[in-house]
Amino acid sequence: MTLRSAFLLLLLLIPLTGCTESVDTGTIPARKGGVQAYGDTLVTGSIGEASTLIPLLASDAASHTIAGYIYNGLVKYDKNLNLGGDLAESWEVSPDGLVITFHLRKGVKWQDGHEFTSHDVLYTYRVTIDPKTPTAYAEDFKQVKKVETPDPYTVRVTYDHPFAPALASWGSNILPAHLLEGKDITTSELARKPVGTGPYRLKEWVAGQKISLEVYDNYFEGKPFLARVVDRLIPDTATMYLELKAGGIDMMNLTPVQYQRQTTGSKFLFQFNKYRYPASSYVYMGYNLKNPLFSDVRVRRAMTHAINKEELIQGVLLGMGQIAKGPYKPGTWAWNPDIRDPAYDPAAARKLLTEAGWSDTDGDGFLDKGGKPFQFTVLTNQGNAERLKTAQIIQQRLRAVGIDMKIRVIEWASFITHFIDKRNFEAVILGWTLGQDPDIFDVWHSSKTGKKELNFIGYRNAEVDRLIVDGRGTFDQEKRKRCYWRIQEIFAEEQPYTFLYVPDALPVVSARIRGIEPAPAGISYDFIKWYVPKDEQKYTQ
Amino acid sequence: MTTYLLKRIAMLFPLLLGISLITFTVIHLAPGEPVEMQTAMSPKITAETRQRLREFYGLDKPLPVQYGLWLGRIARLDFGRSFAPDNRPVIDKIKERIPVTLSLNIIALVIEFGLALPIGILAAVRRNTLLDKGLTVFVFLGFAMPTFWLALLLMYFFGVKLEWLPISGLHSLGSDKLSTGAWLLDLAKHLVLPLSVASFGSLAGLSRYMRSTMLEVIGQDYITTARAKGLPERVVILKHALRNALLPVITLLGFSLPGLIGGSVIFETIFAIPGMGQLFFMGVMARDYPLVMGILVIGAGLTLIGNLLADLCYAVADPRIRHGGQ
Repeated sequence: MTLRSAFLLLLLLIPLTGCTESVDTGTIPARKGGVQAYGDTLVTGSIGEASTLIPLLASDAASHTIAGYIYNGLVKYDKNLNLGGDLAESWEVSPDGLVITFHLRKGVKWQDGHEFTSHDVLYTYRVTIDPKTPTAYAEDFKQVKKVETPDPYTVRVTYDHPFAPALASWGSNILPAHLLEGKDITTSELARKPVGTGPYRLKEWVAGQKISLEVYDNYFEGKPFLARVVDRLIPDTATMYLELKAGGIDMMNLTPVQYQRQTTGSKFLFQFNKYRYPASSYVYMGYNLKNPLFSDVRVRRAMTHAINKEELIQGVLLGMGQIAKGPYKPGTWAWNPDIRDPAYDPAAARKLLTEAGWSDTDGDGFLDKGGKPFQFTVLTNQGNAERLKTAQIIQQRLRAVGIDMKIRVIEWASFITHFIDKRNFEAVILGWTLGQDPDIFDVWHSSKTGKKELNFIGYRNAEVDRLIVDGRGTFDQEKRKRCYWRIQEIFAEEQPYTFLYVPDALPVVSARIRGIEPAPAGISYDFIKWYVPKDEQKYTQ
Repeated sequence: MTTYLLKRIAMLFPLLLGISLITFTVIHLAPGEPVEMQTAMSPKITAETRQRLREFYGLDKPLPVQYGLWLGRIARLDFGRSFAPDNRPVIDKIKERIPVTLSLNIIALVIEFGLALPIGILAAVRRNTLLDKGLTVFVFLGFAMPTFWLALLLMYFFGVKLEWLPISGLHSLGSDKLSTGAWLLDLAKHLVLPLSVASFGSLAGLSRYMRSTMLEVIGQDYITTARAKGLPERVVILKHALRNALLPVITLLGFSLPGLIGGSVIFETIFAIPGMGQLFFMGVMARDYPLVMGILVIGAGLTLIGNLLADLCYAVADPRIRHGGQ
């Protein structure tokens, strides 16, 4: 993808051309107040086009973003990342954790006027697990033993064994049974003309250009203030940034450089509000534990000692991130704040390496053992400048303790098929997106080390296995917390990954949009309450 | 002549078959397959799901069988359904993008020829003057400057700083409510930057070609004769020289016909223009085999037809080609 690298080059060029903009150090307070009013349009940009608006069949972010405006699930996460009701008013879990009973809202109407009932939930469940449905989301629902609908407003789900992530899985979008039942979902016209229960309905989809949504007046949580949402397809991020500056779009995610250096002028700060909160993802350096180099825990701890994580955050993210010590987002309940992992300490790193038998016998500045130098290649995927910069900074730090690390950047498809799937790597720098549920079975359980499975570093620890299974087997948050906190202690000790950092999400939204309240869940959890005061509305039609 | 034509048409089929076989092989040789691109590194995917998806797309069958199935469909002019989750017919996806690419490319081609020919003629007539050198520098600047770089600079200058022109896309929001005149003006404003960037980059080749054929013609005896007759220089150049110098240029025009539906990835990506280049690029990135094959086969077909037409025109114009075999 040479295109990508071309764009990165561009990002370097823009500040040069933009240097005439006045640079203010004092921040201008965001415009506040204004009376809540209906109307106006929020224009967003997306680098990829949605593929289908039946979310069950979509695997791309663009489709799910749009579908999120149109559909609802039974449950959803609130601003503090606790599960709350959505289409379900309430639910209860039986004491043995095997049965979840959802009580649905009454009087909810599909956007075509048909009433929403438990039958829609049953249909959505059935079509999801139907082997003929090409979906990526069947797995959580295969744990379900049976789904019953005793009346139109009750759904009772039974499991074989208690399964904590199950509750969140019912946040999946519910599809309209009356339009889909008995038809082939893969050729349904709902893919282009969706009908949901959500706050917005599709108005127009101009292929390759934009998707326009308009407000659904009868939305059950109340009519949203913003009358329209238009998602423009702008494949190039540099173009998107220029569109933002010119007022062509109202919202986008900034890079750290854009946030810290290019959007500091008073004009920009008057037109836009910038937000900042930890993103739900982390970047790590993972070691192939089958490789003799990294099977020794002392070597892995030495690696972490040698890496200065704070420096990575300053250098790569311009300070817009936090140190990661485990696989959880700081501030969430599963995150253990008391973890002490090997801190930056080159002397300790050298000591551990000496203990492990590595020393510089030939005086070339690099460690060796049995005549072989300490040398390995770290792989990362093409098109991600942050990961490459991370690798380069780590390379310098490792050289200082006598380790020769080479960097290789590989196109994503070959990265997966030739290196990850074949376990043909020594170390990788990659990132994981974090789900809201802290279950980490797929990435860390020893049963997930098979071909194509995600524990590709080959991590096996009987205690971690047991804790993971215990953690997903109870709905009691205190019990789950104890499991995940202990897992983080083990990871800090064993360093299967060197957890590097949790970057910040850096969204920017036009200042005429009010009612945005940043919370642990980000900014868009209460989108229907966003509004533009009457006298500032831009798109009146 | 008829036998020549029939022979040429008969040749098209094995050629097309060969092209499709090679492209099919190459796209399948590229690492990763559609299912992979959709599901790699996703925690929710099990081996069973993956298998289900592969069966859904028919990827579990051996390659020769897949090729045979594809060929069978294409023989009935069925391009199949896209492997993207929308599962739409490939031909629909191509149909909604061809008008944009085609009209943009035709306008760009007209601008390009409209500018490059006079530049080439002028440079030939004023050979080795300051004007000639200046024009050469100008067209080569366009040739050498990376499209994306120039495009972004212009977008920043005209879009953000001066606010004269829109930055990307084809229409402003709400343009569908405008009167036809205002709607056209809106569209024209959106096209200024993309068309300038596209034509500026391609001036060099054509104008230099025009310059050299013109120079060649000007050196011919009949031009000297025309001048000797006392014809004004205007008439000598524009009537006697230009007509003959244009012949090879018109062949170039023929060659650019298949390119009309091609579209450029970089250009369309930067300006967010929903054209064929973008569609093809996304298709390749997602390993959407039916889409990629569909576009390539249509492209190859048009190229072959373009070549055939060019040859036929030659044959009509030049008896030596027509009777070549006899």
